[in-house]
Amino acid sequence: MSSSRGGNGRGGGEGERQIHVLAVDDSSVDRAMIARILRSAKYRVTTVDSGKKALELLGLEPDVNMIITDYWMPEMTGYELLKRVKESSELREIPVVIMSSENVPNRINRCLAEGAEDFLLKPVRPSDVSRLCSRIR
Amino acid sequence: MALHFSSAHPISALHPLLCFFLHDTYPEMEYASGLQRQLASMKKNLFDQGYLDEQFYQLEELQDESSPNFVEEVVTLFFRDSSRLVANIDQALQKYPQDFRRLDNFMHQLKGSASSIGAAKMKNECTSFREFCNKENREGCLRSFQKVKKEHAVLKQKLENYFQLLKQVGPVDKATHSGN
Repeated sequence: MSSSRGGNGRGGGEGERQIHVLAVDDSSVDRAMIARILRSAKYRVTTVDSGKKALELLGLEPDVNMIITDYWMPEMTGYELLKRVKESSELREIPVVIMSSENVPNRINRCLAEGAEDFLLKPVRPSDVSRLCSRIR
Repeated sequence: MALHFSSAHPISALHPLLCFFLHDTYPEMEYASGLQRQLASMKKNLFDQGYLDEQFYQLEELQDESSPNFVEEVVTLFFRDSSRLVANIDQALQKYPQDFRRLDNFMHQLKGSASSIGAAKMKNECTSFREFCNKENREGCLRSFQKVKKEHAVLKQKLENYFQLLKQVGPVDKATHSGN
């Protein structure tokens, strides 16, 4: 799958194709927040509430340009999702960003070592998102 | 808005437009600015008393024409989830032996959501609870949870009042401007 290249310098949707972000979080409040932040920045957003659903969606139609996932989720953590994505030949090129409400250096290092693009502390701000999305092109 | 004096009133017989202006526009404007002051004061109290923190402003910043009710929607989601979590924790606390890990998981979720909407007092009480949980101090957990429940109920009431007032201020605000 080719990744989209926005025509303009900023945002996700001002070129021919919008950047499509898959947001994964078991908290409905946090899903609403991250979706709003991303949509304000003109990204196309799909939200799911679990790693399992994320993998199902990625298996069906991987036109996803970036995954942003919570760390602490029941059944499958964001770290486990990250590993599964990086182990897959179809999905490994997709940048994965981890979000967490806890600032645990070991956790952060482990995620980055496993290939996470970035690690964001919650509550996530629009400036955090624009900072990392400018690298996803 | 209906004019509350009869056509037999001496002033209305002489200056109907003047009456309209005096009796209709001014009370409306006073009413509107009174509500706005009330709203501003309510909001200030919420922050001064520590119920809300700066994160709430972040929510407001995300609200715009494309998402005009964003703040209220997120707050509604929060109370839906938090009420469920509070009930789960209540139940879990009744059990013997205590599953502190499970309690901590619930409280982690509650704290996370509270933090996301800027519910500062709630967030702090959740932190206290988790400290007792980590020490497996059941009595401490029980006491702390009473505080969590109290903050939850108080915040819910205050924010309901706030959004109700916000709704009232909205339409009146438009009416006073449309009279120009």
